[in-house]
Amino acid sequence: MNNNPQLNKSGELQHLLTTEGLPASILLKILDTAESFVGVTERDIKKVPLLRGKSIFNLFFEPSTRTRTTFEIAAKRLSADVVNLNIAASSQAKGESMLDTVNNLSAMHADMFVVRHSQSGAAHLIARHVRPEIHVINAGDGRHAHPTQALLDMFTIRRYKYDFHNLRVAIVGDIMHSRVARSQIHALTTLGVPEIRVITPKTLLPAKVERLGVHVYHDMKQGLKDVDVLLMLRLQNERMLGARLPSPEEYFKNYGLTQEKLDLAKHDAIVMHPGPMNRGIEIDSAVADGKQSVILPQVTFGIAVRMAVMTILAGN
Amino acid sequence: MDNMNLPDAEQLLADLTEKMRPDVTKNTVLVGIYTGGVWLAERLHQTLECTLPLGALDISFYRDDFSQIGLHPQVKPSNITFEVEGRHIILIDDVLYTGRTIRAAINELFDYGRPASIRLAVLVDRGEREIPIAANYVGVKIVLLEDKMLALEQSNNGKLSLSLYDKKSSG
Repeated sequence: MNNNPQLNKSGELQHLLTTEGLPASILLKILDTAESFVGVTERDIKKVPLLRGKSIFNLFFEPSTRTRTTFEIAAKRLSADVVNLNIAASSQAKGESMLDTVNNLSAMHADMFVVRHSQSGAAHLIARHVRPEIHVINAGDGRHAHPTQALLDMFTIRRYKYDFHNLRVAIVGDIMHSRVARSQIHALTTLGVPEIRVITPKTLLPAKVERLGVHVYHDMKQGLKDVDVLLMLRLQNERMLGARLPSPEEYFKNYGLTQEKLDLAKHDAIVMHPGPMNRGIEIDSAVADGKQSVILPQVTFGIAVRMAVMTILAGN
Repeated sequence: MDNMNLPDAEQLLADLTEKMRPDVTKNTVLVGIYTGGVWLAERLHQTLECTLPLGALDISFYRDDFSQIGLHPQVKPSNITFEVEGRHIILIDDVLYTGRTIRAAINELFDYGRPASIRLAVLVDRGEREIPIAANYVGVKIVLLEDKMLALEQSNNGKLSLSLYDKKSSG
C-alpha cells in the first residue's frame, strides 16, 4: 500500500490531484500518450471512441472559461458525454454542500469529475469521498495545485527543447498565489530539470520556497541570464488589493517581460504563459505575439494532454 | 507447431510481395499497423516502388478491450500524411487472428476520410476469426494452439523472423 491518494494499489494513477509526489514514469506516460493525441486533434474527424458511453462532469466551483472549455473539448474528442456545472451559480447558492453535490452526481452514474475550486484541497476531499470506480481530476484548487496546466507546460517544453536534463527554467511573477507555479516546480524537478529559478518581487515570494530546490531572484536582469524557458505567471488583479504591489505600471517596469529583458535569456529561449494574459502588465504584447512565444501552441497541446490524462485514468 | 517449424518470415514476405505486385499501381497507398505491420509496410513500400507516402496506424485508441485492460502501454502516434479521401489503401499487418485489430484499423482510417477501397495484406493468417474479416493477400495460413501467440520480430540488421510465445507469460 502507498499513502499517495492519487495512486491505486498497483501504483497506477487513480486521480490526478497534484504533480507533487508523482513518479517520473507516470508523468512521462502522460506526455508520451499526449503525443499520440496531438495527431488526432489535427485530423478532419478529431474524435476517438475511447471514452464512448462515459460521463464526465466538469464541476466548476470557481469561474473559468478557458480551462473548462479545454477539458470539455478533450472529453468530447474522446467521445465522452460531458456535463458542465457552474456550481457557484446553482446549488452552492442554495446552500447545498460540495459533497452533497458530488453525491447527487455520483447517483447519476458519473465516471469522472473535473474539479475547479477556490479552496485548496477541494479535489482531494472529493477524491477521498467518491466510490473507487470514479476518477477525479484537479483543474485548480486555491493556491495549491493545477496539475494539468503543469503537464501541458512540460509537454510544450519537451516539444521545443527535447530534453529536460540540460535546461535552465525561470518562473516569473506572482509565485505566492500561484497554484500553477507550485505544480510546475514539482513537475520540473521530477523530470530532472537541473536549475529552476523563480523571479518575483519580495512581496510575492512565499515563505520557505527554497525548500523546493529553486533559486530565488528579485531582479530580471540577473534572473533571466542564460535561461532556456520562461514560464510567465498571470498577475491576478485581485492580488493588487492586498497592497502587495504599488501599481501595475511599476510591476510592468520591473517584472513585465519586454523584448529587451527577454534578450538577456538565451537567444532561442521560449516564452510560455498559462493564460489569460494581462498584456502590458506581466508581458508586453510584442513578446506575447513574438517569435519566441509558444503561448498558443500551449493551448493546443493542453487539449492533447488532458485527453491523455482522462484516458489513462479511465483505463486504470 | 514450435519455433523450429515456423515458416521463414523473409520468404513469406517475398511471396506476399509477388501476390500483391499485380494490384499495386502508382495510386496505391500502403498503411502498416504497429509494430510488425509497419516493418512489413516499409519493406513492401520499397520493393513495390510505391511513390505515395507510407502510412502507419497505432490502433490503441480504437481497441475494443480498452474498458477491460486500459490503454496499451506503448502508444505511438499514427502517421497518415496523405489525403485518405478517395484513395486505394492496402492495410498491412503481420498476423491475422481474431480480426479485431483490423476492425479497429478500418474504423481509424475512416476518421481520416472516406477511402475508395481498403484491401488487407497479412504475412500470416492463423484463422480463428471472431468477426467477419478476410485478407486479400496472405503469405501463409497456419494453425496454432489457442494458448500460443505468434509475433513478428526484427533484428538489428532489419531481418524479419517469426516467434511463438505462450500467451500467459507474454501478456
